[in-house]
Amino acid sequence: MIIRSAGGPATSEITPRRVWLSRRQWLTGAVAAGAVGMLVPLGRQARAGTLAGATKTRYQVEDKATSLEDVTHYNNFYEFGTDKDEPARRAPGLLRPRPWTVRVEGECAAPATVDVDDLIRSSALEERIYRHRCVEGWSMVIPWVGLPLSAVLDRFQPTSRAKYVAFESLADPAQMPGTRDRTLFPWPYREGLRIDEAMHPLAFLAVGLYGETLPAQNGAPIRLVLPWKYGFKSIKSVVSIRFQEARPETFWNRLAPSEYGFYSNVNPGVDHPRWSQAKERRIGEFLRRPTLMFNGYAEEVAGLYAGMDLKRDF
Amino acid sequence: MATAVLTRWRRWDRPALHLLCALPLLILSVKGLSGDLGANPIEALVRGIGDWALRLLVVALAVTPIRRLTGLSRLAAYRRMLGLWAFAYVVLHLSAYIVLDQFFDWQAIAGEIRKHKFITAGILSVILLLPLAATSTGAMVRRLGGVRWKWLHRLVYLAVPLAGIHYLWMVKADTRQPIAYLVLILLCLGARLFHARHSRGAGLQ
Ligand code: HEM
Repeated sequence: MIIRSAGGPATSEITPRRVWLSRRQWLTGAVAAGAVGMLVPLGRQARAGTLAGATKTRYQVEDKATSLEDVTHYNNFYEFGTDKDEPARRAPGLLRPRPWTVRVEGECAAPATVDVDDLIRSSALEERIYRHRCVEGWSMVIPWVGLPLSAVLDRFQPTSRAKYVAFESLADPAQMPGTRDRTLFPWPYREGLRIDEAMHPLAFLAVGLYGETLPAQNGAPIRLVLPWKYGFKSIKSVVSIRFQEARPETFWNRLAPSEYGFYSNVNPGVDHPRWSQAKERRIGEFLRRPTLMFNGYAEEVAGLYAGMDLKRDF
Repeated sequence: MATAVLTRWRRWDRPALHLLCALPLLILSVKGLSGDLGANPIEALVRGIGDWALRLLVVALAVTPIRRLTGLSRLAAYRRMLGLWAFAYVVLHLSAYIVLDQFFDWQAIAGEIRKHKFITAGILSVILLLPLAATSTGAMVRRLGGVRWKWLHRLVYLAVPLAGIHYLWMVKADTRQPIAYLVLILLCLGARLFHARHSRGAGLQ
C-alpha cells in the first residue's frame, strides 16, 4: 500500500534505510549477505509498504532518533502480552490492520463510521520527530508519519457540548490474545483528552514511522501520539472516537487511580509510586538523563494547564 | 552397581549443582556481551538477575520441607550452597541496580528507597539476609552454637517473603507470577510451622 500526499521530499530520502538499522542488524546482515544475499535480513523487517511523500515539518528534535529495531521491538502493548518483546513477536502475525473502520460519534454534528484510509486522507501526511517518554522511566525519539488529530476531529464537527474526546482500541480476542482474559484487565483499552488538548497542534495521529506503514506492534493502523504525555496516553489501534461532555474513563486510571491520573503529563517533579520521574533512560544510552517538564514541550503546551495544580491533577 | 553409581554421583553432585547455579549468570553475561538483551539491556539484566535471586531463595527454602517429605537426606548437603548462590544473585542484582541502573547516584538511590515501597521491601530483605550469609561458614556455626545459629537463621522466613513482596509491588498490573512465588514461600513457611508443632508433639510421647 502506498499513501501519497502533496509536496515535500519522500521520507525514505530523508532517512537512509541503513541509518535505521542498528549495528546488531548490520552484523546479522553482513553474515547473511555472504550466504543468501541482503534480502534475507531486510526481509525480517518486511512491512506493508512505504508512505511516500510525507512532508517534513518544523516538529524535529536535536537528539538522535532511536533505531528502528528498538522502536519496533520494545513495546508496551498489553493486548499482545505484558512483556515488551511480545508485541513484536505476536502482533505482526495476528493483527489485521485492513480493512479497518473507525467509529466517530457523540457530541458532533456529523457522526460517521469511516474507513481508516478515508480518515487518513483528512489531511496531508507529515513527518514529525517526537520525543516519547514512558511512565516506566525510559524514552525514545521516533520519526512518526501521520496527520494532526485536529484535522481529523474537525471533519465530524464537534458541538459545544464536546468537552472531552474518548478513544477506544480494538479488543478482538481472535487478533489480540492478551484481551482474552477480561478479569485481569478492563478491556478494551481506553484513553481520553480534554477537547483543547485534542485540538492542540502537537496532538498527532500516526499511521507510520520511519517512512513506512505503522508496524502492528506499534499500534497499526492508526494511533495517537501525544509527546508531552506519558506514552500510555497515546492509545494504539484506535477503533472508536467519541465526543462527550463527561470526562472519559481510562484504562490505567481504572486499574490504579492513585498511580495513573487523567492528565498524565510528563512531569519530573511528580513521582509515580513505582518510578521516580526526575530522570529517564533514553533507549540506547547508558546514563540516565534529566526528564524535561512536559517532555520538553512546555513552551507549546504549558498554556493548556495554566492555573492548574499539576501535583493534584497529575 | 547401584551403590557405585550413587557413590560416583555423590562425588559429582555438588560441582554439578554449582555449575547449574552459575548457568543463568553465564547466559545473561554472554547475552549482555553480545548485545542480545534487547533494547533496554540494563533493565533486562537487573530483572534477569532478580528473577534468579528469588528463584534460588525459594529453592533453598524448599530444601528442608522436601527432604522431610521425601526422606532424601542427601538434600541437606545442598542447602547452604543454594542459599549462598541465592545471596550471590541478590548482591549482583543490587550491584547492577546501583552501578548500571543508577550509576552511583546515591541521592537518587536514597530517594527510591524512601519513596518506592517495592525498593524499600527489597533493601529490607537484603539487610535481613546479610547476617545469614555472614554466618554461613562452619566456623561461624560453631562460634554461635547450634541453637543461636538456628534462631538467627529463622530470619529467612522474614527475608524471603519480603523479597516476594518486593516483586509483587514492582509489578504494574499482572500479579500472577509474584503471587505464585509468594504462595510457594508461604507453603515452605507452613511446612516449617507444621513440623515444629508436629515434632514437639512427638517429643512428648
Ligand atoms: C532479596 C533481595 C531481592 C530479590 C530476591 C529481588 C528480586 C527481584 C525480582 C524477582 C524482580 C522482578 C524481575 C522481573 O520483573 O522479572 C526484581 C526487580 C527489581 N529489583 Fe529486586 N530483588 C531484591 C532486592 C532488590 C533491592 C535491594 C533493590 C534496589 C535497591 C532492587 C531493585 C530492583 C529493581 C530496580 C527492579 C526492576 C524494576 C523495573 O525494571 O522496573 N531489588 N527484583
